[in-house]
Amino acid sequence: MSINRRVFLGSAAAVSASLAAPMVARAQAAANVVVVGGGAGGATAARYIAQSSNGAINVTLIEPSRAYYTCFFSNLYLGGFREFDSLGHTYGALASDYGINVVHDWATGVDRDAKTVSLAGGGAVPYDRLVLSPGIDFIEDSVPGWSTASQNVMPHAYKGGSQTELLKAQVMNMREGGTFAMIAPPNPYRCPPGPYERVSMVAHTLKEVNPTAKILIVDPKEGFSKQGLFEDGWERHYAGMIERIGPDFGAGNVSVDPNAMTVDIDGQVETVDVCNVIPAQRAGNIAFAAGITDGNWAPVSAYDLSSTMDENIHVLGDAAAQGAMPKSGFSANSQAKVAANAIVAALTGSTAFPARFSNTCWSLIDTNDGIKVGATYEASDEGIVSTGGFVSQVDETAETREETYRESLGWYDAITEDMFG
Amino acid sequence: MMWRAILTFGFVCVMGASSPAFSQGDPAQGEALFRPCAACHMIGDGAVSRVGPHLNALIGRPVGALPDYRYSPVLQDAGAEGALWDETALDRFLESPRDYFPGTRMAYRGMRDAQERLDLIAYMISEGGLADGEVTASEGETDPEIAAILEIAGDPAYGQYLSSECTACHRPSGGDDIPSIAGLAPSAFIHGIVAYRNGSREHGVMNTVAARLGDEEIAALAAYFEGVE
Repeated sequence: MSINRRVFLGSAAAVSASLAAPMVARAQAAANVVVVGGGAGGATAARYIAQSSNGAINVTLIEPSRAYYTCFFSNLYLGGFREFDSLGHTYGALASDYGINVVHDWATGVDRDAKTVSLAGGGAVPYDRLVLSPGIDFIEDSVPGWSTASQNVMPHAYKGGSQTELLKAQVMNMREGGTFAMIAPPNPYRCPPGPYERVSMVAHTLKEVNPTAKILIVDPKEGFSKQGLFEDGWERHYAGMIERIGPDFGAGNVSVDPNAMTVDIDGQVETVDVCNVIPAQRAGNIAFAAGITDGNWAPVSAYDLSSTMDENIHVLGDAAAQGAMPKSGFSANSQAKVAANAIVAALTGSTAFPARFSNTCWSLIDTNDGIKVGATYEASDEGIVSTGGFVSQVDETAETREETYRESLGWYDAITEDMFG
Repeated sequence: MMWRAILTFGFVCVMGASSPAFSQGDPAQGEALFRPCAACHMIGDGAVSRVGPHLNALIGRPVGALPDYRYSPVLQDAGAEGALWDETALDRFLESPRDYFPGTRMAYRGMRDAQERLDLIAYMISEGGLADGEVTASEGETDPEIAAILEIAGDPAYGQYLSSECTACHRPSGGDDIPSIAGLAPSAFIHGIVAYRNGSREHGVMNTVAARLGDEEIAALAAYFEGVE
């Protein structure tokens, strides 16, 4: 037996492409899956559904950006370890090799009775199954004084793209000996180690270009992911540069003034030079527009990521309340494969295999000093639950840390290929 | 063990014809240093070629010489030209594999510390023997854990579904930092996964992933990956 995936998919895609217009005519012959959001969850789901249904499912991917810049690995750009362009990906292969109908527009609403998704550019796209993978939006008043209107002064840089570039420019242009402040988010939020890898990468850059600069983390959480590993690394690489204020010293009561460039920590006002505000987070707007949220997130079944409020809608990645998995690109990619298998099985009668998930989060502390944490998961009636895990150790050799970093590079290449073909 | 005595003797002979610096390696230190190598290479009793060739009886062996392993062209060419693995060649190769054999598929970037290389080579000699030593590949019985999985006719469709957990990190081809596993012979695939499952190979991600794979699942994955070009 020999399957060449490229050749096989190429021919399937050619057939799909010839049938793709007009879409409405084709809808009568093939089931329609609409995917909203072209990130780690959505792009993966679209590709896996198109790939495994062999043309039996008409897949439409709605994503406003023509070039997608990953949020994961954007910290490495801040640290000077990646070029910005290396974070960018396009949807050409999903359209040409997999026959996916890629629509660059905003999804503005979901009519769950008519089973259509409305677009900002006008019109509505019909679905039999809808996949929502919108990532996060911010809770507007979570850091008093900050709003998305002030993101060009105090960037969040917590969605990939121009915000990442802005924060890097601010770090590079910071006055000598200035203070970089980060307002860290409360749980739960996208990429648990992300803020602390970011601190590491900013410290790496400042050590080179502005070694007397300081970093101030204002953190409403008692503790954070891989804390011992990060703090050990900060002591070894950036001694004296990084200060973290936790809730015991007032970080639970913080506000900012973007005009004055000040941070008020429980009445103590600090003037800072760069202020990276990572606000509290919630599911992306379209999940609220669809009316499938409870609190800040969209609750789902652990078995197939279907909404507990609408069995024809699946929610992937950061936006979903699914149980024990951290909100990460790796998790979204893993959940997408389980949902894709369930959706194709439901629409075509193919075999539905049991849900199984995994996640690994790599972080870089300094050159060749990589750490990781990860786990495997399975579905239960109480949500996704962990079946085992691992974490890097403080006393690892330099060789192991370098291997871990190299492994993260391999993962980035693989997951982006898994997402975008 | 008889072969250990023979190897010690052989070691001394080789040392006499080579740099005395190599006698300064500590095999116990080298054993720990070998762990990253074990992601791809087996050494010792029952070792077989997997992602990388087995490393038994390496010192004294012509480069690119194992009949059951498909080497990078650069190693094949070196072997055809008569290159041998001696301690000096291995030391230089380990220091920077891609500088020593440009084009090698081996993902490892190199070991800068000279003493660590001495320790590693000492371990590889003590564990794997010399080319004229007593240790040879694939002798002895197949591990019963592996034999049981080889007996199972894996379901490639199930394997394809399960493989989606692998493809988050392993690419269909290429991959400098994480090896591709597409097209692996089932025996090689199963050897690798079982070693991660029972902990004889250490790797945080792979031990965790393999820990929950049953025999049926490993057989399904092996059947699927064999068919992916």
